[in-house]
Amino acid sequence: MPKQKATWKETNIAGMVFEPGCAAEYNTGTWRTERPVQDMAKCTHCLLCWVYCPDSAIIVKDGKWAGFDYYHCKGCGICADVCPVKVEAHEHTGKAGKVIQMVMEED
Amino acid sequence: MVVSTRMALDGAHAAAQAMRQINPDVMAAYPITPQTAIVQTFSQYVANGEVDTEFIPVESEHAAMSACVGAASAGGRVMTATAANGLALMWEVLYIAASSRLPIVMPVVNRALSAPLNIHCDHSDSMGARDAGWLQLYSETAQEVYDNIIQAVRIAEHPDLLLPVMVMQDGFITGHGVEGMEVAEDAVVKDFIGAYEPKYSLLDIDHPITFGAWDMYDYYFEHKRQQIDAMSKAMAVIADVGKEFGKTFGRSYGIFDQYAMDDAELAIIVLSSAAGTVRTTVRKLRNEGLKVGLLKLRVFRPFPAQELVAALNGVKAVAVMDRSASFGAMDSVGPVFLEVCAALFAAGATTKVVNYIYGLGGRDVFPDHIEQVASDLREIADTGKVKSLVNYLGLRE
Repeated sequence: MPKQKATWKETNIAGMVFEPGCAAEYNTGTWRTERPVQDMAKCTHCLLCWVYCPDSAIIVKDGKWAGFDYYHCKGCGICADVCPVKVEAHEHTGKAGKVIQMVMEED
Repeated sequence: MVVSTRMALDGAHAAAQAMRQINPDVMAAYPITPQTAIVQTFSQYVANGEVDTEFIPVESEHAAMSACVGAASAGGRVMTATAANGLALMWEVLYIAASSRLPIVMPVVNRALSAPLNIHCDHSDSMGARDAGWLQLYSETAQEVYDNIIQAVRIAEHPDLLLPVMVMQDGFITGHGVEGMEVAEDAVVKDFIGAYEPKYSLLDIDHPITFGAWDMYDYYFEHKRQQIDAMSKAMAVIADVGKEFGKTFGRSYGIFDQYAMDDAELAIIVLSSAAGTVRTTVRKLRNEGLKVGLLKLRVFRPFPAQELVAALNGVKAVAVMDRSASFGAMDSVGPVFLEVCAALFAAGATTKVVNYIYGLGGRDVFPDHIEQVASDLREIADTGKVKSLVNYLGLRE
């Protein structure tokens, strides 16, 4: 069962939000039409994608790229645009281009 | 009974007196035209140290209401004042104040909107703002201005409402007309309004709150429904505060004021200062045997539909006087007329109703005009026919 949304009698007055930082609960990943994919073996972990991502959706562990946060990633493509590392055949797409490439969400 | 001083004040100074006694935390206002003597007088109280208020002189009325929204979100008791085009410039932020549920109180001196350029009385400014989500109280005299502003604080801050309130007075007629009136002791007013303890405040750092968050199609509708609900509770709050005010100050207030309505067959509905002219004329016509009465609306938002229908029960013909026109509405009648018609129709009443637009841009309305209205009403009651739905008093044809 999906969580029921509050009725007008239940919802916070004037749309006020009483919990700090609760934007993290908002699944903006559903806005995506295209999704970034990574060629892990060729990634240099320069983390330019982490610097530029406007939604803090690049997961980094121990100073290394560790994944995309697809719950929040809106698929804007900035990470793919700023990625400086070139590949001849991408692990997922098979295409020449960069380590981060965009694919259609349904693919 | 409360100790009070009889003073000679015009409506603007009466408003400033009330504001001095309310001693709001923040007053943000645009200090020059189209501003009135309210802000000028109040800023003098600030300069003299007679109030603790933080006065923010802003660059426009849009900024004035925006500063009020900010200060009220931060938990302050907040006021401003405006008139005419100043109110029009606040438009966008009026809605934000109301839908953010901020209990701001704002005296409005009713003046005509440009163009052509005119600074005199009519109600086109506040009537244009009638759907912004503010409560609207209209005042006939300087005394009512003072009394309504004090009550407005209690009404706005009522936990069931948390809605902003406009308190209207007629530009120049009331705003600049000096009258004798009672000003209560400061302590009595302070006691009546009580300390303001905001339910939600940006400065309450132990309970962090986001105001004005993104509100999409999945919740915006619910928040509008909440506003409608608060508006539906406002009439009871206004009536309660009016009674309680009477107990303390000796002047009780209801939703509207009735004069000679008990056995009236004909009724005239009017707002604000013109009620005085109508009352005088009704008294004269009553002496001549005409069963005519006056119903002076005090509360226009929320509109007292049920109360009005009950009060008009048994009346054969009703004239509604409007000091503004709703351009392009049915025959471009006035907004009060539209509301009265809707209320009567929805209740299944068959009372005949006729509209009189008067006083635009400060045009005087005289007892002769009211006698003409009463004479028309008698003819409508006798024939059952309304010859002309909308009529203009004092217009050169």
